[in-house]
Amino acid sequence: MEIKVLGPGCAKCNKTAKMIEDVIKETGADATVEKVTDMMQIASYGVFGTPSVIIDNDVKCTGKVPKKDDIKAWLNK
Amino acid sequence: MEPKSTTNIFNKETWANFGLLATLPLCAIGVYIWWVIYHYLPDLSAWATYSILPLEKGSHLGASVEFFLYDTPKVMMLLFLVVFGVGILRSFFTPEKTRAFLSGKSEFAGNVFAALLGIVTPFCSCSAVPLFIGFVTAGVPLGVTFSFLIAAPMVNEIALGLLYGLLGWKVAAIYMGTGLFIAIVAGWVIGRLKLENHIEDWVTQANISAVSIEEEKLTFNDRIIYGWDAVKEIIGRVWIYVILGIAVGAGIHGFVPQGVMASIMGKGSWWSVPLSVVIGVPMYSNAAGIIPVVEALLGKGAALGTVLAFMMSVIALSLPELVILRKVLKPRLIATFVGVVASGILLVGYLFNMII
Repeated sequence: MEIKVLGPGCAKCNKTAKMIEDVIKETGADATVEKVTDMMQIASYGVFGTPSVIIDNDVKCTGKVPKKDDIKAWLNK
Repeated sequence: MEPKSTTNIFNKETWANFGLLATLPLCAIGVYIWWVIYHYLPDLSAWATYSILPLEKGSHLGASVEFFLYDTPKVMMLLFLVVFGVGILRSFFTPEKTRAFLSGKSEFAGNVFAALLGIVTPFCSCSAVPLFIGFVTAGVPLGVTFSFLIAAPMVNEIALGLLYGLLGWKVAAIYMGTGLFIAIVAGWVIGRLKLENHIEDWVTQANISAVSIEEEKLTFNDRIIYGWDAVKEIIGRVWIYVILGIAVGAGIHGFVPQGVMASIMGKGSWWSVPLSVVIGVPMYSNAAGIIPVVEALLGKGAALGTVLAFMMSVIALSLPELVILRKVLKPRLIATFVGVVASGILLVGYLFNMII
C-alpha cells in the first residue's frame, strides 16, 4: 500500500504523516508513507486543501488532519 | 445468529442521539458561565492589579498591567466564543463547494460572491497555492480568485469578533464593509487587466486530474466537534500573537502620553496613511495580534482611517504570503496584486479620516 501525504510542510501536514506512521507501527500494516511537498505535484492530484492523504492514487481526505480511527479503517482495506 | 440488541449502550447511534440532547444544555450552561466571568473581568483585573500586586493607581506601570490583565482573558474568551461559533458555521462550507459555486460566475457577481465566501470558507495561508491552482484550473476567473484570496485572510471571524468585542460593532462593520469592498474592487481590477499570461506556465500546463471527493454527511454533533477542533487549532496557533499584541498594546496604553499619537497618526498629517501602509505591508501578524495594538493606538488619539489602513496592510499583505504566491505568479502579477490592494487600503484610510 502506497500512502502519500500532500502538504508544503505545515504543522498539520507533519502531524498527519506522523499519525499515519504511528498507526502503521501499531498495526503492522504493509504500507509506505511518503511526504509530497512539491507544489506542482500536490496540484497535480487536483486537491487544494492541505494536508491531503492519498492511498494508492485514491484521495482519502483533504484539508484536515484525519482521525486516527479513519486511518485505521483505510489501512485495513 | 446473535440477536441484535437495540439498547446496546456501545451502539454509536445511541450515543449520537444522546449527544445531541446533552450538548445543547451543556452549551447553554457554558455560555452562561462565560458571560458571568466576562461581566466581572474589569473588576477582577483592577482588583488583581492594585490589591494583589503592589502597584499604585494612576502609575504608568499600573495602567499597563491593568490593561494587560484585563485584555488577555477578555480577548481569549472572545476568541473562544467566536471561533467556536464560526467553526460550526464553517463546517457547512468547503473549498470544493466554493470552487464549484464560483466557476463560471460572471465577472462582477463572481467578485462579490468570492469575497463573501472568503469570510466563511475554511482557509489557511499555507494552502493558498494549491487553492489558487485549484480555482484557476477549474475555470474560476483570475480576478474572482483574487477577490477570494484577498478577503479570506483579511475579513475573517477572528478579526470581526475581536473588533466587535474591543472597539464596538460600528468599527467591526466598517472594517467588514471596507475589507469586502477592497477584495471585490481589487479582484475586479486585476481581472480587467487581463494578466492571465502572468501566471507561471506550469500551472496552466499541469495535467490536473479532477478528483471528486465524497462529501461527508455531518451530524449536528460532528459540527460541534468541528467547532471545538477549530478552537483548539486556532487558539493553539494564535495565543502567542495575542499575548505579544496585548503586551505591546499595554505598553502603549500605560507609557505613551495622551495625544502623542494624534500628532503622528492623527488626521492632520496627510503622510500618516501611506506611512502606515509602508510599515504594515512587510509586517506579519494575524488579526488576533494586531487588534489589541490598534485598540491602544486609537485610545491615544490615532485616527480611525490611519489605524484601519495599518491593520489591513499588516493582515492582508505579508512577505511570507508573497513568497509562497511567487511559486504560481510571475513578478508582474505579484506587483500588480500588491499595488492594487495597497491602493485600495490607502483609499479606505483617507476616506475614513475625511468623513469621521
